[in-house]
Formats: sequence, C-alpha cells, structure tokens
Amino acid sequence: MSLKITREKIKNFLVDKIEEISGQNVFDCYQCGICSSGCPVTDYMDYSPNQVIRLLQLGSVDEILNSKTIWICSTCLQCSTRCPKGIEVAKVMEALRTINLRQREGTLKPEDIKSKELKDLPPIALVSAFRKLTG
Amino acid sequence: MKKIGVFICHCGINIKDTVDVDRLTEELADYPGVAYIENYMFMCSDPGQNHIKDAIHERKLDGVVVAACSPTLHESTFQTVLKESGLNEYQMEIANIREQCSWVHTDIEQATHKAKLIIKTAIEKLKLNESLYPVSAPVTKKALVIGGGIAGIQAALDIADAGFQVIMVEKKPSIGGHMIQLSETFPTLDCSQCILTPKMVALSKHKNIKLYVNSEVESIDGYVGNFNVKIKQEALYVDPAKCNLCDDCTEVCPVLVPSEQDEGLSWRKAIYIPFPQAIPATYTLDVENCLGLEPIACGKCREKCIAEAINYDATDTIIEEEVGAVILATGFDLYPVENIPEYGYGKYPDVITSLQFERILSATGPTGGEIYRPSDGKVPKEIVFVQCSGSRDPEHHLSYCSKICCMYTLKHAKLYKHKVHNGQPYIFYIDIRAGGKRYEEFVQQAVSEEGILYIRGKVAKIYKEGDKMIVIGMDTLSNKKIEVKADLVVLAMGIVPSEGSHDLVKRLKINTDDKGFLSEAHPKLRPVESLQAGFYLAGTSQGPRDIPDSVSQASGAAAKALILLSSDKIYHSPIIASVDEDLCSGCAICVGTCPYGARELNEVSKVVEVNEILCEGCGACISACPSGAAQQKNLTDDQIDNMIKIIASGK
Repeated sequence: MSLKITREKIKNFLVDKIEEISGQNVFDCYQCGICSSGCPVTDYMDYSPNQVIRLLQLGSVDEILNSKTIWICSTCLQCSTRCPKGIEVAKVMEALRTINLRQREGTLKPEDIKSKELKDLPPIALVSAFRKLTG
Repeated sequence: MKKIGVFICHCGINIKDTVDVDRLTEELADYPGVAYIENYMFMCSDPGQNHIKDAIHERKLDGVVVAACSPTLHESTFQTVLKESGLNEYQMEIANIREQCSWVHTDIEQATHKAKLIIKTAIEKLKLNESLYPVSAPVTKKALVIGGGIAGIQAALDIADAGFQVIMVEKKPSIGGHMIQLSETFPTLDCSQCILTPKMVALSKHKNIKLYVNSEVESIDGYVGNFNVKIKQEALYVDPAKCNLCDDCTEVCPVLVPSEQDEGLSWRKAIYIPFPQAIPATYTLDVENCLGLEPIACGKCREKCIAEAINYDATDTIIEEEVGAVILATGFDLYPVENIPEYGYGKYPDVITSLQFERILSATGPTGGEIYRPSDGKVPKEIVFVQCSGSRDPEHHLSYCSKICCMYTLKHAKLYKHKVHNGQPYIFYIDIRAGGKRYEEFVQQAVSEEGILYIRGKVAKIYKEGDKMIVIGMDTLSNKKIEVKADLVVLAMGIVPSEGSHDLVKRLKINTDDKGFLSEAHPKLRPVESLQAGFYLAGTSQGPRDIPDSVSQASGAAAKALILLSSDKIYHSPIIASVDEDLCSGCAICVGTCPYGARELNEVSKVVEVNEILCEGCGACISACPSGAAQQKNLTDDQIDNMIKIIASGK
C-alpha cells in the first residue's frame, strides 16, 4: 500500500499539536540518524527514533501512536543531547505519549480491576493509572 | 668531448634507501665524458643548486646530468641553474631514478644497477645535445570570446577592462544566455535580470568590445597568439542602425512561432525582439518562419516600417578577424526531456521542465510572474519537483551530477511558497548537494521553516487522473512507497553541452571529454586552459556549474588570456621536429600524420617545412618518415640508438 500524501495531511492537526506540546520543529530533522544510533534501546523499538520523526514529517501520526517505540523510550536524553539540529527528540516522544494518553480517555475502568491485581500492583502504579487512564 | 658533471640526489630517503648512491658515484666517476660527480641530500634545494653552479664554474663543465626525480617536477629548476651559470639550458638532462627506479623497486642491488644504466643513458643523450633556444612569435593583442552568456560576458569585460580589444560572437539574437531566462538566483534570491543586465549594457557600451550576434565562428586558422577567425553573420534583414524599436513590424506580422525565450510557453512573431532588455536592442527577422522573403506572400512588416530598416534581400556575410587568444564559453542545454518518456513530458501539459518553470516564475515570463499551470491556467496547489531528471543515471541517461539542480529546485520551491502561501511543494531527491557558500543554510532554512517536503527517492512514473498528475515515488527514509496527486510536475533536468558546441569543437579541433564538455589541460592545476594552446574555457562549456562558479572561472580564463595578450612575444619549447632537407623526398606522409597541422610541403623546393610554433614535439612525423629526414631536436635517431645500446648491454 503506498502512502498517499497531501497538503492537508502534511502538517495536520496532530502534527501541529505534537510540535506545540514538545516545543520542537520536526521539520528541522534532516535524517542523519544519530538519535537512533545513540539510543540504548533502538533494538527493542519497532520504529527507530529517526523513523518516528520521518513519519511525523510525512503526516503519518496514527502509525506512530500505535507503535511500541514511544513506550520503550526511557527519556534518557541521549538523542536530545546529540541531535545536530537541536531537536529534543525525547520531548517529541513525550508529546506522542501525551497525545496517546489524551486520546485513550476512559480506557481503564476501576471496577474491572480484579482484587488480586489490586493487591499485587504497587500503589503508585494504580494512582498513576487512575490519573492517566480513567478520563 | 663534452665535460659532463653528474649530480646524484638522495631525495632524503626516497632514492637513498633503495639506491646505493655512494657506490654509483664511485662506479660512474670513470665513465667516458664524466668530468665531475657527486651526491647530495636534496639537489633541488638552494645549497644543492649551488653545488651544481660551483662545479660548472670550477670544473668548466659543458653539460650536466641530474639524477633525481621526474623531469615534470624539477626540469625547469635545473635548467635555470644552467642558465644562471652561463650554459644553454638544453645541455641539462634529468635521469629519473626516483619514479622509474627507487620508488618501484625494493632490491638495493638491482635498483642500484638500474639507476646506473638510467644515468648512463642520460649521459649518452647529453653528449649529442645541441644548444637550443625557445621559438618565438609575435602576439595579436586581441581576444575572441565565443558565447554571450554570463561566462562569456564576464570574460569579455575583464579582458576589455584590461585595455585589450575583444570580439564577441553570439549565435542568438541577443547576449544574456540562460541567465537572462532565470527568475531569481540562489542562494540570495536576487533577480537574475537585475544583476545581469548591467553587465550586458556595460558590454554593449564598452569601447574595446565588438559584438556580433546571430553569428557563428566558421573556422579558426593559425596558432596561439596569431589566429585568423572567420565569422559567419546571418543576413541583417533589419538594419540596427535604422531600426527605431517602434514594434510596428511585430504587430503586423501574421506568423506565430513558439518563443525560445519562454521555452515554448508563449508565442513570438517571425520578426521580433527576444526580450525587452535585449542587447543589441534591435529586431530580428526569423528567416526560417518569415513569409516576407517571398514578397507576394506577405511583406507586411516592410510596408509598415517607417524607418525603412527592413531589407528582405540581405545576405549572410563572412567577417574575418585576427586574434591572439580565444575564450570558449559555449554554455549548456537541458538534457532532452523526451528521453525520459515515463515522466510524460509532451503528453501532459502539466509536466514541465525546470527552465519552463523559471519562465513561469519570471516577471518577464508568459504569466508575468504569476504561477498558473499550462493546461487550464489554475494556480497549482500541490507541485512535485523531480530532481535528477536525467542526471546520475549511468544506465539510461547521464552518468554525472548536473550540480545545479538541487539548488535551483529548492529555489523554485521557495519562490512558489512565497507566491502561493497555502501551496505544498514536494521535492523528490536522491541526495541534496549543497556544497556552496551559504547553500546548506539555504536548504536547512527552507526545510525547517518553509514547509517544503523533501522525499528521498526517485520518481518511477507520472500519469494523469482527472485533472491531477499522479506521481509515484519512494521515500527510502521511511521505506514507504509514496503517491502524490499533484497539480503540476516540474522536472529538474540535467544539463549537457550546448547543441551548437558539438560542431564548433569539431571545426576548431578542440578536445572534449566523453560527455562532450570541453577538456581542461589539467583537471586540478590548469582548469581554465584547453589542451590547444591559446584556447581558454569558461562556464558550463567545461562542465556543469552555477553562476558564481561560471563567473569566477570566466575571470580565471580572462586572466590566462591576458597573460598571453600582454606578452610581446610568445615562446615555445624548441624540442620540436626538424627536417633534413637532403634526405626529405617530399612524399608528404608526415603532413597527413601531424595532428597539429605544423608541417607543409613546399611546392617549389619539394621539401617539407615545419611551422615551429605549431609543432608540439609529439614525434608522430618522425616515426612516419620513411627516409629518416624527420628528426626530433635533441632526441635524434643517433641519440636514441646510443641510449638503447646502453640498456641492451646491461652494463
């Protein structure tokens, strides 16, 4: 399936949003790949950090929002430190996670949590999950 | 017998580590003819040169053999040493024991023996060397510039400003070349015409420059410093002296021809002025398309012309000029776009070339600088630019990078965004080559701030769907096949040597490379000189380059031409062919063999004569001569025999 790109898709609402949240211009990127080569967890990602930025440039936000990459990113800031164009890639990752969480409103129902899980999970995880995923 | 001094150089360790120089010195000391011998660390150094000078004076030497590096490096150094010591410089021979011995061998014993043989051959050659003096000829202090684009204009102005006469020959009705067609120039985005027309006006008003337009160089005879040029000027159907530029003729002309200036995007008449700032400012009658040469058929423009400037009976004229130097600035053309059928040019009106898009962007173009697409005049909302259209495709098209397309395409995309703010330009590219001053910054700014989307990959095909052009490409960065529905497609065509240059270089016997670009004498150290003495290269005639590079190269070519023009005499190496009149039978085989036209049969004496200035000393005539009458000076058959005897003896 070829990727159909249009002027509406390039710089769409979500790309603008990601740029606004992260404070980064993803179009600064010239795809040198140093973010991915310096990243300690690239091997575990389904899209490398530079691919994430490239897909944003092409307007393919949905593809990234569904990727594992943004959750594997540990915000170690290697990418942000090394980028020759000064893009803070970690902030873009954070923006993607934020968008993702905002879009997934109410995905956790407290009444569905089993009592065994309530016992096993650390309290901080539960608090965090209630805050982020209950809408 | 000559008293010969032999000077063996160590070249630091370059020679000494492989050749036993002390043993050589000892063994050659008694060789017949050797009056003095020594070895030294660096013969080319000042103290080394002084060793030679001192020996010449103290030992009263007649000749010198320097056993050192290749003569291409230090021959002139040691020739100067001899001149300064009062000897003829041709009584010096170099024995190359570095490149041809120490650098290519490891065995000291064998290398030393070979070095000895090399030095002995040089001694044998030197024994029969004559004292020679450079050949000289006068210089015609005038230059010819072929081609009136930016490179030709710059070279002509530089030479004329230095006080020498310049003849400029331009094939088209006006000077200005491709640069006058451009809208803006990268990376500054200043208007091309605004920066070019002052130079065109300066050229037309320069007292030292004579301009021939609608003209071509037919032939150039003679030799460096003394060329005879024949220029064919097309018939002047419109007398520039009488024409008052009223434009009445154009108004009444019934013939429409696709405009060359607008790359076929508009029409011109058969009598026309190519563009408002044309130099010379006069009308041209296009004889191929005019109906008026048969006055019964038309003749409207002549009837209308109050100034009586139109003469249908004018004929072509041949103008003869004498010049000392020639600058070749024959320019480029776009790679033929019809060679890439998968891009649909010609089939779809909304697939256009980069030069056509320049005209659309230009204030003097067919749309007055507004961006409309050719098919229906709508403003294109999405434009695809296809870089490397023809370039970097050795299998099908051009093997080389056309160098200017990356930057002009980006300029196109920027100018489009500046005029159509909500438009989206896409640039398909293989690599972005932005290696000029402020070029990379120009690219980065556009990508970061102007919303120009670069897609890394080559476009495979373009076809029409409804009123859209579907462009199928690839983004190798995301590994995704890309489809864009574009309103307009601009092909960034590669560049090739101008069509007219092919015949011209054949007529003038100028060397070109396998692509047809003019060959420079040395790719790094003599980039503006042709291999043919007296010819200099400027602009895209030599290879793809942009305006700043063309201008600097043109000034370089002008400076080289000025060296020639400011000399009272030119000098030429005397190591050339000679003819023994007693042996020459007048068979003239050598005349046909000579690649430089330097030999001629004297019909009276029936003996071949050598034009010493034209002869390059290649030796072709010497090997062709059946009677041994042709001899190379200081490389005679006797000298070569003696050298071979040494090598063959192995001692």
